[in-house]
Amino acid sequence: MIDWAHFTPWTSLAGGALIGAAAAMLVLLNGRIAGVSGIVGGLLAPRAADIAWRVAFVLGLLAAPLFVRGNPRIEAGLGTLLLAGLLVGLGTSYGSGCTSGHGVCGVSRLSPRSLAATLAFMAAGMLTVFAVRHLA
Amino acid sequence: MSALSAFAAGLVFGIGLLVSGMTDPGKVIGFLDVAGSWDPSLALVMAGAVFVGAFAFSLARRRAQSFFGGAMQLPRRRDIDLRLVAGAIVFGIGWGLAGFCPGPALVSLGAGQDKAVVFVLAMLAGMLAYTAAERFRGEKS
Repeated sequence: MIDWAHFTPWTSLAGGALIGAAAAMLVLLNGRIAGVSGIVGGLLAPRAADIAWRVAFVLGLLAAPLFVRGNPRIEAGLGTLLLAGLLVGLGTSYGSGCTSGHGVCGVSRLSPRSLAATLAFMAAGMLTVFAVRHLA
Repeated sequence: MSALSAFAAGLVFGIGLLVSGMTDPGKVIGFLDVAGSWDPSLALVMAGAVFVGAFAFSLARRRAQSFFGGAMQLPRRRDIDLRLVAGAIVFGIGWGLAGFCPGPALVSLGAGQDKAVVFVLAMLAGMLAYTAAERFRGEKS
């Protein structure tokens, strides 16, 4: 059943186009993939390279709420947030990317690795929500 | 110059995440909940992003250098290995549990949400654990 009350086709499409435009800017101007986990991970690596553009990109993300207000519904408690954050950090490191690097940039490039990773994290996310919402 | 364009890209990226609804974990979980009352919005986020991105990457692929003169650094690997798929699955489980992925979590941190602080700290710990494990692996072999 479709949740028409929360369905936001136009703002989601427009927001998506902005995300694509940002990825376009970073690759065409800087020659880099806009993958958030990779950009942050590169700052934590033993020999962190080209720090300036990575820090600048993260600062841009952090500054975004100055221009647009969000209205988040965060149900997860402290324990869930800790576990989820740990899994996201580990999983994106081993899997070389997240929703932005694989899901947006990789799918845009039709990269076989990114298509496989996107299918895998989408399926795992759906199964996890199914288990939490409908089995527990 | 390149730091300025990276800042602008991050800013537009973050604004896109906010406008699209990706920074609302409730909306993300509503998208992943295909068996419940399903909110298909995030499929449109991806469609919009990939539509614009496809043009940019087809242009980028034909260039050896970016417009600012730096090397065009596109991933070259095409093999699908266990690390990639297992990592993506672990990431997906974490994404489904809290409804946060790295980009939206950082934007929410910028908005000053205390729950995002907890999530981001745990995420950084996970990334550091990976770095440590890789270093250990490197020393052993």
